[in-house]
Amino acid sequence: MTSGILRALEHEYQEEEVRKYRASHLFEDIESSRTSLILRYIIQRYNFTNGGAASSNIKRALVRLGANPQLARRVGIAIYEAEMNLIIHTTNGGSIHVEIEPNQISAFIWDEGPGIKDVNLAMQPGYSTATEEIRELGFGAGMGLFNISRCVDEMDLKSEFGKGTHLTLKFFLKGEDIMGDGHLNLKEDGNDA
Amino acid sequence: MTLDQIIKDLDLKVITEGKDFASVTPTHGYVSDMLSCVMTGAKNKSIWVTLQAHNNIVAVACLLDIAAVIISEGAKPDQETINKANEEGITLLTTDKNSFYVVGRLWQLGLRDQ
Repeated sequence: MTSGILRALEHEYQEEEVRKYRASHLFEDIESSRTSLILRYIIQRYNFTNGGAASSNIKRALVRLGANPQLARRVGIAIYEAEMNLIIHTTNGGSIHVEIEPNQISAFIWDEGPGIKDVNLAMQPGYSTATEEIRELGFGAGMGLFNISRCVDEMDLKSEFGKGTHLTLKFFLKGEDIMGDGHLNLKEDGNDA
Repeated sequence: MTLDQIIKDLDLKVITEGKDFASVTPTHGYVSDMLSCVMTGAKNKSIWVTLQAHNNIVAVACLLDIAAVIISEGAKPDQETINKANEEGITLLTTDKNSFYVVGRLWQLGLRDQ
């Protein structure tokens, strides 16, 4: 039975390796002045069943594209918090667009309401407007926006009460964080030398 | 210390698909029922102790590369949550003991938060 499980795991592992191999060469194989890949997600309000699905998919995409695992984790955490904010706090849900380039990742998260009354207050760790019901699920600790700010290189939060919120996140990739398989090859060559 | 040893020592019930637990070595521990605190504080390869049993724990564990989730106080995830955990390769363990006991035991076994 154990060998059966191990065989299945090995098969899954190989499939994942093939996927990674294909995707990680994307940026090298396609030539343009500036190549980017855009991932788009629509997030529904109060859909807790799918909570974290977009951010998990984004993280997996980054790993397959050859991202450093630590970078993929950082991006995943920031976008998870933003995704849960769309689920918990919006009137009609919202959208997430992630633009991946070899040397930077940008995330645009926006909704059409209700908007944040006091952005500075919302940024403070521990401040939350979540209901008791939401808190029972383990959300609404008031750590979300603060946690996002910790994970990103640049964060811009614009909100108008009654209109909606636009959140822009940037991750600048340097050295071993640069996207794709190219840097892995370079590093291996470096080790050989 | 391997996950296999932790499962045996704490008499944990494995409710997701079997894995080679002897090859998984958790390096840190974290306990909280607030998901945002976990997102902020838990390191990768951590054991996460919580009494939350709904399906959002899977996404959190997956995003953080958590080694395994120990669900305490006899809380039982539904089948949908277990299926999702299997899809994502997340190990869910359950126990009737409370979080205090579980964390105390993990600490005795040598697991730390740093």
